[in-house]
Amino acid sequence: MKHLPSERHTLSILVDNEAGVLARIVGLFSARGYNIESLTVADVSDNHEVSRITLVTSGPPPVIDQIMAQLERLVPVHKVVDLTDWGPHVEREMALVKVAGVGDKRVEALRLADIFRARPVDTSTASFVFEVSGSTEKVNQFIALMREVGLVEVARTGVVAIARGAEAV
Amino acid sequence: MALRWDNIMGSEITGAEITVQSLIDLGVEVIFGYPGGAVLPIYDALFQQNRIKHILVRHEQAAVHAAEGYARASGKVGVVLVTSGPGATNAVTGITDALMDSVPLVVLTGQVPTHLIGTDAFQECDTVGITRHCSKHNYLVKDTARLGPVLHEAFYIARSGRPGPVVIDIPKDVQIMKARYEKPGAITHKTYKPQVKGDLAAIEAAVDMLAAAERPILYTGGGIINSGPVASQLLRELAKATGAPVTSTLMGLGCFPAEHPQFLGMLGMHGSYEANMAMNKCDLMVCLGARFDDRVTGRLDAFSPGSRKIHVDIDRSSFNKTVRVDLAIQGDVGSVMEDMLKVWRARGHRAADQKAWWGQIKSWRARDSFGFEQKGDSLLPQKAIQRLYEMTKAKKPIISTEVGQHQMWAAQHFGFHEPNKWLTSGGLGTMGYGLPAAIGAQLAYPGALVIDIAGEASIQMNIQELGTAVQYRLPVKIFIINNEYMGMVRQWQELNHGSRYSESYSDSLPDFVKLAEAYGWKGIVIEGPHDLDAGIQAMLDHPGPVVVDCRVSKLANCFPMIPSGAAHTDMILSAADEVGPADDDAKALV
Repeated sequence: MKHLPSERHTLSILVDNEAGVLARIVGLFSARGYNIESLTVADVSDNHEVSRITLVTSGPPPVIDQIMAQLERLVPVHKVVDLTDWGPHVEREMALVKVAGVGDKRVEALRLADIFRARPVDTSTASFVFEVSGSTEKVNQFIALMREVGLVEVARTGVVAIARGAEAV
Repeated sequence: MALRWDNIMGSEITGAEITVQSLIDLGVEVIFGYPGGAVLPIYDALFQQNRIKHILVRHEQAAVHAAEGYARASGKVGVVLVTSGPGATNAVTGITDALMDSVPLVVLTGQVPTHLIGTDAFQECDTVGITRHCSKHNYLVKDTARLGPVLHEAFYIARSGRPGPVVIDIPKDVQIMKARYEKPGAITHKTYKPQVKGDLAAIEAAVDMLAAAERPILYTGGGIINSGPVASQLLRELAKATGAPVTSTLMGLGCFPAEHPQFLGMLGMHGSYEANMAMNKCDLMVCLGARFDDRVTGRLDAFSPGSRKIHVDIDRSSFNKTVRVDLAIQGDVGSVMEDMLKVWRARGHRAADQKAWWGQIKSWRARDSFGFEQKGDSLLPQKAIQRLYEMTKAKKPIISTEVGQHQMWAAQHFGFHEPNKWLTSGGLGTMGYGLPAAIGAQLAYPGALVIDIAGEASIQMNIQELGTAVQYRLPVKIFIINNEYMGMVRQWQELNHGSRYSESYSDSLPDFVKLAEAYGWKGIVIEGPHDLDAGIQAMLDHPGPVVVDCRVSKLANCFPMIPSGAAHTDMILSAADEVGPADDDAKALV
C-alpha cells in the first residue's frame, strides 16, 4: 500500500467546539504517522458549538481512507468530508508578508504586489506588510517574488476550503 | 443501609455523591481502586453506602487489569477509581491494554482542584493529555453539574460500538461542590452513533459469495466475544449452515468450541498448521470481528493471495488498514451474522461441495502441529497445560494468562468451549495482566474455578496482588510455568540473535511456595512429570487461593511458529525444522 503514489487531499472536519478537540485531531495524525501540510480551525456556528477544521494532508489513497475512518471514530467529530473527492471546491489562504527596502526595491515590491492584488496593510518609510490571498500556489509565488525585493518574514493562515455550489458538505 | 443522600434527591448533592449515585444508577456492583488525596471525597461517599463493593488493589495498574478481567468475564463495564498524578499514570498501561483489546472500562481519576491545574501542583499530571491516545474517549469535568451526564455518557461510549476504556478526570473541588443530579433517560449522543445493523445489500452479497465458495474459511475474533454470547451461538449456526472451517484469533478463543470438528484451532504466529494453511489456500475468507493483526497475517504480500475477503467489523477504521478486502460490512458482528443466516435460509442456500477442501484440511491436520512428545524426567510445558486442561475442563474454568510462551501454550493446549472464559492481553501484550484479571473474573463469578496460567517472570510484575485475593477471600489459582527464563524473549534470541541470551534469564527467583505462604496462600511445587497430576489435584482440592510452581523444561520453544517477516506457508513446525538466520528486515519486526 505504501508504494502507491501520494496524493494531496483537503479535508473539512466539523467538530465540537470543546477543549482538547484540536489536540485529539493533531495527536491522531502524529500517533499514526500521517502528514499535516496545513491546518486551520475556527468556530463557525452561531451558538459556538461547532468548529470547522480545514486540514490538508497527503498520502496514498488507502492511507487517506484510513485517515477519514480514524477521524470519524473520534467522539467529538461530527463529520469529515474529503473535499478533494467531493468535487469542485474553492481553496484559499491568506498571508501577511513583510518586506523591507528602499529605492528601486521598494517600488518593485509595490508593483509586484499590485499584480498579485496584495494590499499594503502596514507601511513605514523602509517597509511594507502586504496582505495577499488566493490559492496556495499564488501565495507561494508571491512570497518567492518578494524574496528578491527584501522579504523579512511571512505569516500565513494555511488553507481554508469550501465546496462550490449551493449545497453544504 | 439507605443512601445518606437518598432523602435529598432533587436538592443539591456533592460531586462525590453524584459520582457514586451515578455508578449505582448505572448498575455498577464492583469497582477496583486505590485511594489518594485527590479522590478522598469520592472514597468518603463510597464509605457511606453499601451498594457498590470497592476492591482495594495494591497497585493502580492491577486495578485496571482486574476491571478488564471482570469486564471480559462478565460482559459488563469494568470500573476503576484512582487518584491523580501517580494513580493516573500507573493506570495508563491498563487503559492502553483495554484500548487494544476493546474492553469496556470507565476509569475515574482524581485531579488537583481546578484552580491549581497547570501549576505543577502536588500529584498533578495532565491526565486527559496522557490518556488522550490510549482511551476511546476522555473527559476533564470542570463543573459539578456536568458530572452526572458525563458519567452516564461515558458508560454508553465505553460499552457501545467497539468497546473501549473511557477516562473521566475529576478535580477535587468538583467532587466537593454541589449540584442537582437526576438519573438521565436513554443516552443518545449528538455525534457518536455506532452502527449496529449491517447494510443488507452487502450482507446478501456476502451470503451469495459464501454459498458459491469451494474453499471458504471463517476467520473469527474478539469482536464475537464483545458482541455477547448470542454471537457465539450464531457463529455455530453459521458454521453449521455453510460447512466452512472455523479458525480464531487469540482474542476470539471460546467463541467456537475447541473440540468441534470444524474448528481448526488458533491461527497466526503460533497458530495451528491447518489454520494457517487454510487461511493461505482458501478462496473465500470471512473475517468476523477480527482485525488482520500482524500476529495473524504474517508477511502481508503473501497473506492469503488467492482469496476474496469479506470483513465484518463494527469499526470502519479496521477495514483495509493492512489487508485490502473485497467486501466490508460495518456493523455488530452478531447482528450481521443473524442477518446472514436469515438471508442464507431465505434463499435456500446449501453449502457448496467442500469435499476436496476438507480433504486438504485433513492432510494438514495430520501434521499434528501442536503435537509434542513427553519423555524423560523433564516436564514439557505443553504437557503441563494439557493435563491442567484435562483435569479441569469439567469445571468449565475461566483462564487468564500473563504474556509470553506460557500464554501461547495455553492458547494451543487449553481448549475453550464457551465465550468469556479466556482472558489474555492480546494487542498490548502486557506482562502482569493475568493475576489481577483473574481476581476481577473471580469477583464476577465467585463460584467459578479461575486459573491464571503464568510465567515465572510475568507473575512478578503484579505479584503484590496476592494480597488483594486474600483480603477478599478469592480462591484464585496461579499456575506458574516456571522455566527460569523470559521464555519468549529467549526463544527470539535463539532464532534471531545467535542464542545470545541477553538479560532473559530469570535470576534470583523467589521461593514461590514461601512467597505464597507469606501472603496466606497455599504453595505447591511440581517438580516433574511424576508429580504433575498430584500437584494439579492438590491445587483443585484446596478451597482457597493456590500458587503452583510448576518446574518445566528450561529450553522448550513454542512451536509451531511463523518467523517474523515470513508467510503462513513458511511455518516452522518443530525445532528440527531448518531455520535460516533472519535477515535485517525480519529482525526489525517485533
